[in-house]
Amino acid sequence: MKNFRLLREYLRGSGKTYILTLTAVLLMTVFSSMTPLVIAFTVDSVIGGKPVDLPAFLESRIDAESAVAYIRNNLWIILLVLVSITLLQGVFLFLRGKYSAVSAQVSSKRMREKLYDHLQHLPFDYHVKAQTGDLIQRCTSDIETVQNFIASQSVDALQIIAQVIVVLSIMISMSLRYTLISIALVPIVFVITVRFFINMMKVFIRSDEAEGHMTTTLQENLTGVRVVKAFGAQNFEMEKFDEKNRTFRDLSMKIIRLMANFWSGTDLLCMLQHALVIAVGAYWVVKDQVTIGTVVAFSSYTGMLVWPLRNLGQMMGFMGQAFVSLGRLQEILDNKPEDYTTGSRPPVEGEIVFDNVSFEYEKGKPVLEGISFRIEKGSTVAILGGTGSGKSSLVHLLLRLYDYTSGSIRIDGTELKDISREWIRKNIGIVLQEPFLFSRSIRENIRMGAGQLSDEQILAVARVACVDQDIQEFENGYDTIVGERGVTLSGGQRQRVAIARTIARSVPILIFDDSLSAVDTETDAQIRQALKERRKNTTTIIISHRITTLSEADRILVLDRGRIVQTGTHEELINVEGPYRRIWEIQSTLGEEAV
Amino acid sequence: MYFEEMEYGKKLDLNVVKRLAVFAKPYKTNIIILMVQMFFLALVDAIFPKLSQYAIDNFAVRKSLDGFWILCLVSVGLVVFQAANVWLMIRNAGKIEYHVPYDMRKAVFRKLQELPISYYDRTPVGWIMSRMTSDVNRIGVSLSWHVVDFFWSIFLVIIMTIFMLATNPAYALMVLCVVPVLVILSMFFQKKILFNYRKARKYNSQITAAFNEGITGAKTIKSLGIEDYMLSEFEKTTRQMKDFSVRAATVSSIYIPLIILFGSVATGLVLWKGGVEVSRNVTSYGTLVLFLSYAVQFFEPIRQFARVFTELQYTQAAAERVVTLLETENDIADSSAVVARYGSMLDSDKSEWPKFHGHIVFKDVTFRYKEGGNILENFNLEVKPGEKIALVGETGSGKTTIVNLVCRFYEPTAGSILIDGVDYRERPLLWLYSNIGYVLQEPHLFSGTVKENIAYGRHDATMEDIIRAAKTVNAHDFIMRLENGYDTQVGERGSLLSTGQKQLVSFARALLSDPGMFVLDEATSSVDTETEHLIQDALNKALKGRTSFIIAHRLSTIRSADRILVIDKGRIIEEGTHRELINKRGYYYRLYTSQFVKEKQEIFEKTD
Repeated sequence: MKNFRLLREYLRGSGKTYILTLTAVLLMTVFSSMTPLVIAFTVDSVIGGKPVDLPAFLESRIDAESAVAYIRNNLWIILLVLVSITLLQGVFLFLRGKYSAVSAQVSSKRMREKLYDHLQHLPFDYHVKAQTGDLIQRCTSDIETVQNFIASQSVDALQIIAQVIVVLSIMISMSLRYTLISIALVPIVFVITVRFFINMMKVFIRSDEAEGHMTTTLQENLTGVRVVKAFGAQNFEMEKFDEKNRTFRDLSMKIIRLMANFWSGTDLLCMLQHALVIAVGAYWVVKDQVTIGTVVAFSSYTGMLVWPLRNLGQMMGFMGQAFVSLGRLQEILDNKPEDYTTGSRPPVEGEIVFDNVSFEYEKGKPVLEGISFRIEKGSTVAILGGTGSGKSSLVHLLLRLYDYTSGSIRIDGTELKDISREWIRKNIGIVLQEPFLFSRSIRENIRMGAGQLSDEQILAVARVACVDQDIQEFENGYDTIVGERGVTLSGGQRQRVAIARTIARSVPILIFDDSLSAVDTETDAQIRQALKERRKNTTTIIISHRITTLSEADRILVLDRGRIVQTGTHEELINVEGPYRRIWEIQSTLGEEAV
Repeated sequence: MYFEEMEYGKKLDLNVVKRLAVFAKPYKTNIIILMVQMFFLALVDAIFPKLSQYAIDNFAVRKSLDGFWILCLVSVGLVVFQAANVWLMIRNAGKIEYHVPYDMRKAVFRKLQELPISYYDRTPVGWIMSRMTSDVNRIGVSLSWHVVDFFWSIFLVIIMTIFMLATNPAYALMVLCVVPVLVILSMFFQKKILFNYRKARKYNSQITAAFNEGITGAKTIKSLGIEDYMLSEFEKTTRQMKDFSVRAATVSSIYIPLIILFGSVATGLVLWKGGVEVSRNVTSYGTLVLFLSYAVQFFEPIRQFARVFTELQYTQAAAERVVTLLETENDIADSSAVVARYGSMLDSDKSEWPKFHGHIVFKDVTFRYKEGGNILENFNLEVKPGEKIALVGETGSGKTTIVNLVCRFYEPTAGSILIDGVDYRERPLLWLYSNIGYVLQEPHLFSGTVKENIAYGRHDATMEDIIRAAKTVNAHDFIMRLENGYDTQVGERGSLLSTGQKQLVSFARALLSDPGMFVLDEATSSVDTETEHLIQDALNKALKGRTSFIIAHRLSTIRSADRILVIDKGRIIEEGTHRELINKRGYYYRLYTSQFVKEKQEIFEKTD
């Protein structure tokens, strides 16, 4: 039942349309089941002259005899009735199609947005560990599976069930005995179908896998084409691909053979059922046990029972798939998002105080320990530290991407944990180590965090980030699309666009998380100079390896294994023994040492 | 590079049909049998109502059972015949459906192996993939199931028309008068439906792209605090998708109701006219019932016909795309003289191959890519056998081009490249390729085991050979630590191994094929100190005594080279050993001091 709860949750908001769909299905089935009745009545009573059995309460009020006689003389009435019934049937068929699409689309739209929003608000850590391929798969094809189920398969299944109920009751009311004959083979067909599709699931999965292997081989060959050629391995690759290609083909052929057995076998049963209805009907007409009209009607009704029931088995297979997909979606939604808005929104000026701050991702494995320092408003602090020293974690704490385990961080005197995440991120700009650019124009990328920005402003920040010239050299300048559909930027260009994007935001605190590593020393210096002029009152934290970069900071923190091991200005630090001085010596004497 | 998807015309292209016929030819018999089968399937479909007619007129109306059992037998016989026919038809069509794409994929794959690197540099992998999957599959479906539906609907319409005309021309006209309407409606709607379907797929891929961006860019989105903005952008995409899909569903939902409405007009007309005549005993009950059945049955083949007709237009586009790929001109291929002497490109006769010494000469080489100006101009270079060359220079300086030319991934626009004194265009491509050991910046492994990957360039290698190669490049130890040793699966593109491990395996792979020449595009990405050390050592062993070209990023690699070429704007601006160049205090010195500072410092940090 958990499955149906999930389905209901998925359909929330479009429940009404879905119920409208089901109503339309029911009404449409009622009308479509009436056509054979009209034909039977016409054949038997109007043409054949058989007296009409009317329910007792109607008999007294309507003169059936003369009514039939009237119709007999005006047979166009039948045409009219038939067309009207079909018209009504058509109207509800249309409504069914429309409303089922609306409910599926509306609910899937809602689900997509919910997932997207939910993913955006999951903690930073979730995204660090996430398997993106799997996530994307869930957000796209799983939703599509559910959507198809809601839009067509579930509606089809319900229509078949409704049709079976309506048609069966009409048939039984006409002749129980004949009904039993008409559905004699149906249970066999149904059971075969359900079993067949349950068994086929496995084969389908195998063939999907085989196709997957084939495309993987192809893709590996195409992406590794240089290796293939350089090793002269084309023949080997052809054999390898041929094997996968053949496996996929042979598995598909196996499916085809099973399908051939299934379809022809059930076809045989369904056609025999049909033939049985007519043969028995004809026999009984001769024996005066049923009318010709009844035979004609039953012949139609059998068609309305047998073939759809065969499809119902297939629907059940789809239902299983849809529920698996629903479960996979729910798994994402079960992750707890971070609280984005709770907390105060004090004005941020840029004074930062770390007071004995410790932090650990996993219990017992501290990443930062007893970190204390103070950054004055508007000053620049540089951090030096090796891999795993905790320097990135330190700046991540400031943005509340993670929350510190103990100690206290205060921004302008307010405890960081009391400030809302949304607010603090609005006030701190960070350029990540591996910045992500969005696949839209460079202009839009720069504008991304800042909202409204004039072209002059964009140009200005691009100049500060020393990327204006690069951009101007692209064929479409600032309108160049970045990424898969457009130009691939070099690592340095990406970093500089990301810098432009961040400084465009005019925030009181700026962080560069080793974001100048892919640009050369000169450009690095240029960027810092331009920044200094542009933003006099900005508190800046720079993580870097370059002594030239570090040396210009008001203060330098040297981090090692989660602790601050040295702190001071460049002048102070080069005059004491320690890691900073050692690195400074290497970097400043490198040229001579090499000779 | 933005790759524009070509749009194809709607006119029937005879060249495409001809190319396609080549692939259909082996299954000519199957296709012909399929057509015959469809005729019989349609025939029996049309006969069933006739049987009902006979049953009603001869037994029901006359109240006699003369011949009843015979008719029962005939019916059962027909049913069995029909089912057997369906069975055969599915197997037959299925064979075409999967064998033709199999053949095509095989042929296209072969073509892909022949096409030069330049083709891959300008063609996105996704583009080729879609030709090899959805386009090829569509052709398979068209040659089988579309043929099935197409002929079934045509045969059924013709047979029913004949039967009706033969039974009662007046009624026949009543049923047939709605047919043109049905055809026009069907054509109109099927075209729209399929068009909408394809458009919906486009919207769908936009949503996938949006999810992709939202998930891979989540960290950046968070750091910029633009979650709400991204959501609102995403909502635009989903809204478009929804609005379009609902509109599309509305259009297709009108179609079937309209069709059955017109169908009911035909039924009603038959009942009206027929009812009068049956009661006057002019027409039989059976005939009336027959026409009632046909009036309903007429709609399905028309719908199918209209659908297949539209589908085939898209198949033609798919076929055009595949044919274009197959007909791509190969600008780097063995000349006819080479083929005559050594055999075809992919099956070159190895016993005829000359020995490879590794003496390489660039003689007045000028080169430009298809677009853009000259990258190299009158470039001259001589490399002696066994010499180790390091290429240094900024991105875009031309060092990758030089390597591409040496490997004959591209050929000089003017001038020539001599290997062991002979223009390499006079030798088979496969000969050169087999003599290159190529190690990429981002090592590319193939799914399979470690063992298979190492033996990639030499499939006849024994386990001893493999282990020896792995030991030489220091890969053996880490391989033995893996769960299944040499039989450990490396995952798709080697994803289960670390970058450093992949590099070591790719060294072992290059070494095992025992090439006469090494080409190495050194990795810029850093690995841990220990692996770094192993890799350097492996490199020295692998390159020993072989001509090698290294696009170098690492200090130690550059220092150990016999000759360093500093490349700028396609010219060698400085050359010599490390010491010579440092003493020169020129470009190399500046590059060295700025670029390798960080590396030096990192080494320090790690050993600290």
